[in-house]
Amino acid sequence: MTTVERAVGGPAPVEVQRSFPPPWLRRGGSWLLNIYAVLGLVYLFIPIFVIVAFSFNAEETKFNFTWDGFTFDNWAHPFAEQGLVDAFVLSLEIAAIATAVAVVLGGLVALALTRYRFRGSALVNLFLVLPLTTPEIVLGASLASLFIAKTYPSPVPDSRGFLAILIAHVMFCVSFVALTVKARLRGFDWTLEDAAMDLGAGPVRTFTKVTLPLMLPGIMAAALLSFALSLDDFIITLFNSGDQTTFPIYIYGAAQRAIPPQIQVLSSMILIVSVGILATGTFVGRRRERAATS
Amino acid sequence: MAGAADTAPKRGRFAPYGLLSPGIIWLILFFLVPVAILLRASLSSQPERFVPDDLRFKWKWSNFSNALNRFGPQFQDAMRNALIAAVVVAVIIAAVVVLRRGLWHSTRARRLLIGALVAGFFGAYIITSTVDGWGDHFQRSFLYAGIATLLCIAIGYPLAYVIAFRGGAYKNLLLGLVVVPFFTTYLIRTIAWKTILFDNGPVVDILQSIGVLGDSGRLLATPGAVIGGLAYNFLPFMVLPIYVSLEKIDVNLVDAARDLYSSPARAFRKVVLPLSLPGIFAGTLLTFIPASGDFINAELLGSPTTSMIGNVVQNQFLVQLDYPTAAALSFVLMAIITIAVLIYAKALGTEDLTG
Repeated sequence: MTTVERAVGGPAPVEVQRSFPPPWLRRGGSWLLNIYAVLGLVYLFIPIFVIVAFSFNAEETKFNFTWDGFTFDNWAHPFAEQGLVDAFVLSLEIAAIATAVAVVLGGLVALALTRYRFRGSALVNLFLVLPLTTPEIVLGASLASLFIAKTYPSPVPDSRGFLAILIAHVMFCVSFVALTVKARLRGFDWTLEDAAMDLGAGPVRTFTKVTLPLMLPGIMAAALLSFALSLDDFIITLFNSGDQTTFPIYIYGAAQRAIPPQIQVLSSMILIVSVGILATGTFVGRRRERAATS
Repeated sequence: MAGAADTAPKRGRFAPYGLLSPGIIWLILFFLVPVAILLRASLSSQPERFVPDDLRFKWKWSNFSNALNRFGPQFQDAMRNALIAAVVVAVIIAAVVVLRRGLWHSTRARRLLIGALVAGFFGAYIITSTVDGWGDHFQRSFLYAGIATLLCIAIGYPLAYVIAFRGGAYKNLLLGLVVVPFFTTYLIRTIAWKTILFDNGPVVDILQSIGVLGDSGRLLATPGAVIGGLAYNFLPFMVLPIYVSLEKIDVNLVDAARDLYSSPARAFRKVVLPLSLPGIFAGTLLTFIPASGDFINAELLGSPTTSMIGNVVQNQFLVQLDYPTAAALSFVLMAIITIAVLIYAKALGTEDLTG
């Protein structure tokens, strides 16, 4: 349907329809609002500039807070700090596994919530939101008291560690994945499944050939989100890490001891990779749109 | 396009529950059960020595009052402040409703306002009756988180508005730009703010030379730095829900308002703003809740005099190993927030809450 509309309405039908904001606003003082919004974006990027700049800092003090001169040394040796590299690899591992599990569990929940009408779906919706509306510190403390419950209240020995972090990350990622995929599936035309069935496809084939491909954009978005959330999570992880050091926990420790500039270098790398993913996504989306219109 | 009835979800008997169960069981095991254990911990006494497989659970309700009293010497003042704040909020809301009768005629806005009113009074009730003392740390948490949330609305709403209505072909790119800074680690961003606000840094130097700050004035270790950090770190959680709700608005409604000789400002106030309220409320929850439990900004950008309830919980749990106190404090925090959320969810409908 979108294809037909585009073909009829030209390349940008949305712009033609849109008479809001009204010409009055567009011509008049509206540039003030635009400038305000641009300033907001600049504000978002101020610390990012600082991070990238200080990755080139020839650090002389223990803390990377003052500018001591320009150098490429940090970028030439991004993996000089073994502890940092180990922590980073551990974070990537956890993020990858947690995302994989959360995408399956959360995707199924989203499918159930959008595909069927059933008793208790409102309750499930509310339940999904609860972990997101609970302060992280409460989630962290409660999970930690689960993992030390056997020996509670003695602090040793406990079962906090790699598996505990993984379980915690899957827990909050499931909610995010389910809600993201659900939002994408709203308004989905489920008769397409019936059509596939009518044409002789079995339930499995229908799922893999029709339902899954249509769910895929939502799943991809959810996977990216949950990977980023897992990679970035600090508070819940701190409570459940045991002897494990993830990337954020390493940085937390470094903030108290000494901050090697490699932290800024690795952060800049993450930034570059994510901008790359964003740019690719936009580019591919554009091309697909263009292909659909031509 | 097929009719609405054709695309409606199917009725399911067992299939939906089968699909749901793995995820929901995970959430029950690793969200509900831990919270229950935390609740139990908050009500138990800490035994003298380690006894395997014996939790030696003893009721100890006084954990709550002890914990709150220890961190809340100014109970009387705080109770009065809370009451005054609740009354002020109620009066403002009542005034808005009376003055803006247009808002009152929108069902959703009416439900929201009633929800806010009930939440305000209910909050004040909890504060004054069940809680034995109200710590400085709690006060600071909600104050800082509240101001940070307002800042997020002030910065985030215009940003979301411009992206939604003027972004044109660059909409997705602009949204991406809002999100990209948040792909760097949370702690690194906060450390970057520490660098910016550093005592010998250029920003402080400039502010000192033009006389905004005194010669020994600082930006770090002030409440302003903590609030600024909170506002920065949770800004996208405000921008995205507001964007989603603005994006959903049918521009024909605005055109209709304009055709009926409504001024642009009035069209905004009567059409766009009420329709974007769900986004503002969702954004408020997603900003206020994590901000009120946060301890990183207070630790890295603040000083002991700006420490929040999150700092206390973290210290009690991970440093002092005083689990009952930590549990009691987290429970007070969670109870207040959960009640407020449930009321808002009731007023909004959870569908809107999740965008």
